[in-house]
Amino acid sequence: MALKIGQGDLRNIHRHAEEAYPEECAGALVGMDVGEVKIVVDVWRAENTHEEERSRRFLIRPEQVREFEERARERDMDVLGFYHSHPDHPAEPSEYDREHAWPYYSYVIASVTQEGVKDVKSWVLRDDRSGYEQEELVR
Amino acid sequence: MPKVKIPTPLRQYAGGNAEVEVSGSTAGEALRDLTERHPELRNHLYTGDGKLRSFVNVYKGDEDIRYLDGQETEISEGDELSIIPSIAGGES
Repeated sequence: MALKIGQGDLRNIHRHAEEAYPEECAGALVGMDVGEVKIVVDVWRAENTHEEERSRRFLIRPEQVREFEERARERDMDVLGFYHSHPDHPAEPSEYDREHAWPYYSYVIASVTQEGVKDVKSWVLRDDRSGYEQEELVR
Repeated sequence: MPKVKIPTPLRQYAGGNAEVEVSGSTAGEALRDLTERHPELRNHLYTGDGKLRSFVNVYKGDEDIRYLDGQETEISEGDELSIIPSIAGGES
């Protein structure tokens, strides 16, 4: 599986990560799953509603996930996954990420420092939840 | 029979279905029946010690069952339960 994401959508993720720094940002990846590749058509910002430690935690509440799904469906699209930022940390999923991950979804992680976004990678949880596979990002 | 709506990421473990008819008179029974019909769902819904994972939310209509009677929330024939993800993570 690969994730195709255009420069404009990537730029929007960069901008969100940089604006939220030093806190983590998060949002939804919306588009079409055509089998071999998921095609991102839009990225939607979510509110990081984690009550504390937002520099190392994020939470998107179920009400917002449901709203994203409904909005996507109205446009004949699906929620393909989510992005979030790791301020001053690499674009690799943490143990905490793994414990909270859903299968199927693409998890795009942006590593961001005070100077801006340094790296972006996409990950998918393995079926048995034991870890992640890195997913090719097609631009 | 009551129905359970399955979110996109879990459909692959529920025979590709967006909705599954289940039996049971409480939310807990309905979920148990769901995982008996589709055992591959279990690991994604429950922790090793049998608790619903914290990021798995079950709604009866528009209400989170955590704010009703939890697993004991009563359901009847025409009711629909929805499994809705919350998305969480962080760098360490």
